Amino acid sequence: MRTDSGNPVSRRSFLKISAATIAAGAAAGSALHAVYETPREKGIRRVPTYCDLCFWKCGAIATVRDGRLWKIEGNPLDPLSRGRLCPRGTGGVGAHFDPDRLRTPLLRASERGREVWRPVSWEEALDFLASKMRAIQTNYGPESMAAFVHGIGGTFLKHTLKAYGAVNIAAPSFAQCRGPRDTAFRLTFGDDVGSPERTDIENAQCLVLIGSHLGENMHNTQVQEFANAVGRGASIIVADPRFSVAASKAKFYLPVKPGTDLALLLAWMNVIVSEKLYDKEYVGKYGFGFEQFAASVVPYTPEWAYPETGIEPETIRATAREMARYRPATLVHPGRHSNWYGDDTQRERAIALLNALLGSWGRKGGFYIPSSMDVPGYPYPAVPKPSRPALRAMSNKFPFANEDISTSVREATITGQPYPIKGWMVYATNLINSLPNQDETIRAIRQLDLLVVVDVIPSEIAGWADVVLPESVYLERHDEMNPELFKQPFIALRQPVVPAPDNQKPNWWIARRLAEKLGLGAYYPWKTIDEYLEHRLTAGGYSYEQLKKQGIIRGKQPPIYFDDGAPAQFDTPSKKIEFYSTQLAQAGFDPVPKYTRPDPGPPGYYRLLFGRAPVHSFSRTQTNPLLSDVMSENSLWLNAREAQKLDLKSGDYVRLRNQDGKLSNPIKLKATERIRPDCVFMVHGFGHTSKALRSAYGKGASDAGLITRYKNDPLMGGTGMNVNFVTIEKGA
Amino acid sequence: MSRFAMVIDTHRCVGCQDCVVACKTENNVPEGYTRDWIAEEVHGEFPTLHLELRSERCNHCSNPPCVACCPTGASHVHPLGGVVLVSHDLCIGCKACLAACPYDARFIHPDGYADKCTFCIHRVERGLDPACVSVCPAHCMHFGDLDDPRSEVSRLLASRNHHALLPEAGTNPNIFYLT
Ligand code: SF4
Repeated sequence: MRTDSGNPVSRRSFLKISAATIAAGAAAGSALHAVYETPREKGIRRVPTYCDLCFWKCGAIATVRDGRLWKIEGNPLDPLSRGRLCPRGTGGVGAHFDPDRLRTPLLRASERGREVWRPVSWEEALDFLASKMRAIQTNYGPESMAAFVHGIGGTFLKHTLKAYGAVNIAAPSFAQCRGPRDTAFRLTFGDDVGSPERTDIENAQCLVLIGSHLGENMHNTQVQEFANAVGRGASIIVADPRFSVAASKAKFYLPVKPGTDLALLLAWMNVIVSEKLYDKEYVGKYGFGFEQFAASVVPYTPEWAYPETGIEPETIRATAREMARYRPATLVHPGRHSNWYGDDTQRERAIALLNALLGSWGRKGGFYIPSSMDVPGYPYPAVPKPSRPALRAMSNKFPFANEDISTSVREATITGQPYPIKGWMVYATNLINSLPNQDETIRAIRQLDLLVVVDVIPSEIAGWADVVLPESVYLERHDEMNPELFKQPFIALRQPVVPAPDNQKPNWWIARRLAEKLGLGAYYPWKTIDEYLEHRLTAGGYSYEQLKKQGIIRGKQPPIYFDDGAPAQFDTPSKKIEFYSTQLAQAGFDPVPKYTRPDPGPPGYYRLLFGRAPVHSFSRTQTNPLLSDVMSENSLWLNAREAQKLDLKSGDYVRLRNQDGKLSNPIKLKATERIRPDCVFMVHGFGHTSKALRSAYGKGASDAGLITRYKNDPLMGGTGMNVNFVTIEKGA
Repeated sequence: MSRFAMVIDTHRCVGCQDCVVACKTENNVPEGYTRDWIAEEVHGEFPTLHLELRSERCNHCSNPPCVACCPTGASHVHPLGGVVLVSHDLCIGCKACLAACPYDARFIHPDGYADKCTFCIHRVERGLDPACVSVCPAHCMHFGDLDDPRSEVSRLLASRNHHALLPEAGTNPNIFYLT
């Protein structure tokens, strides 16, 4: 992984030799010259804030030297970062210096998708936007203006949109990421695992990871706790078609056939039930429908699972016993991105049920009960009652979705049913790469009267926008505060470290000014963001001054385990842990998960799997000069013997063609033992097609471009995306 | 005397490259260059594999060939901890040290001098850990004085299996990997 990429540019190194001060007794003559200038504390300024390189929101302290942003480190007061950021957070400096970032508002000056714009003032851009939004309101009704958002920065824009009358506000993080997991855990325990996940990895004695690549997926606190678990010798079980970093730390590595995880989970439960290894007291006290559940897993023996999963029955038994041995401190991690094969909610439900059998929910080393500090919301005037409900409420297609489904909004945009969607506001998510099937996204965009993108970089979706609004990066703005729901409750503040370099504005300013333009100024009783933040904090009984100084205010931690007095409450119909789900039965779904064999794909094809790298977030960081210097392109993982068969070696460039004929950009091959022979793997987020992302354009290949097919999860509308297959073509 | 060393726990390391990014910001390493990097070493055949991830850099050797071969004395050993450093003003950019270093730890900085890891001596002098050590989210890196038997690095080496890189080169490297 040594990097040798990029063109060296001359940037003066700060390490300079200064006059000798510690020279006495120098071993070598030239040591006299060797004393390095230490950074002078004079000219140094440190500002606490919280990170925005991903959704984890770690507390950070940024250091400015002589007016220039120098570095960002973890805030030791912050329970998430514990004083240490992940590589993206450390590289957050590059978000400020990104040469390709958006600098001024833009209005489209050519046809959509051509990336031809005209720079305009904020007043002109927002006047145009407001007039377009008013036209949609008049012609179709405000419900026809939809939004796609990611992260905490969307708070204020959502407020403006709701005041305007918008009801369809979707986060791709639901139907394209964590939705199946959250739905499954709600169906089972009456609550989801949240973000940051309530996983007590710190105290787990046995940790089971199913395709969840801790360490490559840098969810900071989890990675820190994972390393601690490895350090203290916790038993780690990893099931993955790829020998992930986590797999390399495991006592048991199960190279499961892609798409058959549910078979493995059912077989584990079969062993634990038939050998009576489950937590009988816990199941008896908190469980509902255990008998039906137990009867339902009887057929799923390890011998049955062997041909499905490729995992030997003895290994399935040994790992099930290992889990039981350490219960309740056995954590079967639910992962995060869980839209894989279309049966994802049921797979995640099996994970929830396995945890329930082990008695780990609410127990030390399993899932703790989180809490947050009480900071009342700002007392805004009530937003208008919508005249038409959200799309989600008008269809019974995905009955267990409790958030708006991005792909359903896209579909309604294409069909105009049940009512037309004519405007999209897209905040901080690159829809072209985050939704499956790019053609469908583009078809939807062609139906729109208005596409407005608010972002920090000219991503692919910005290329299609009529209006592009440049947001200042997190280091240059205030944001909504974060009273986090976590093990140790705390409040975090985001505040500007350095000014925005050009004509970028913070989202709160954009949202408020847009509201004024729309005649909705009354919905913003506060004038400045300081006033807003101070009002909320004071109402909660906290000091804004203290928060500004420390970046973090910590609260008292109530009991977090049932055994210590945390309330064992389950917000399910039975008020218990639902081994058998009457809700699912009534809606016509399997009340206990059942296995169906995945489509193996056309012969001669490899299943396309994608994932994360520790130094990048989605498709949003490839122009960050610090992060792209460490990883400027992705590579294609292919099993070494398969590579040999194809006469390919590491470093060769290849292209992928999927089952529908879509051809990828050239991508560098990584011939490796670390993956099964029936699949290939690449890191998501590369292969940018936006020319405005000059430093990332065309580097690596895009998995998103190859994900033409997706399989809808019938329970909640998630889009399973690991259902595409590719062949490999030589040459660039 | 003191002998500075780094002890890196390969069990805990996840290869995230935070050490690389932190070095780049702390030391303003120019784009296109790194003073530290992650090595991935795989043994075995799928699925029976062993993977070692290592954060690598200049080994601050006790017998440094880069210092021996330097024609100007720019490459030298600093009295504090035996850190191997380069005096930029004496360096003529001849690359003899690049060739002599068996670890490929050096590069020519765009400003013309040989550059590499300094163990963040500017931080160490102030009682701080090197930047890479201080950021590591896996807490897999340790820095300290091997001449002090009570130091964390000495204790780790006394109690755990470890190896260093290319011991056969005779350089006496001071970066150790716990296995
Ligand atoms: S995990 Fe990394 S990128 Fe995400 S908030 Fe924390 S430091 Fe930032």
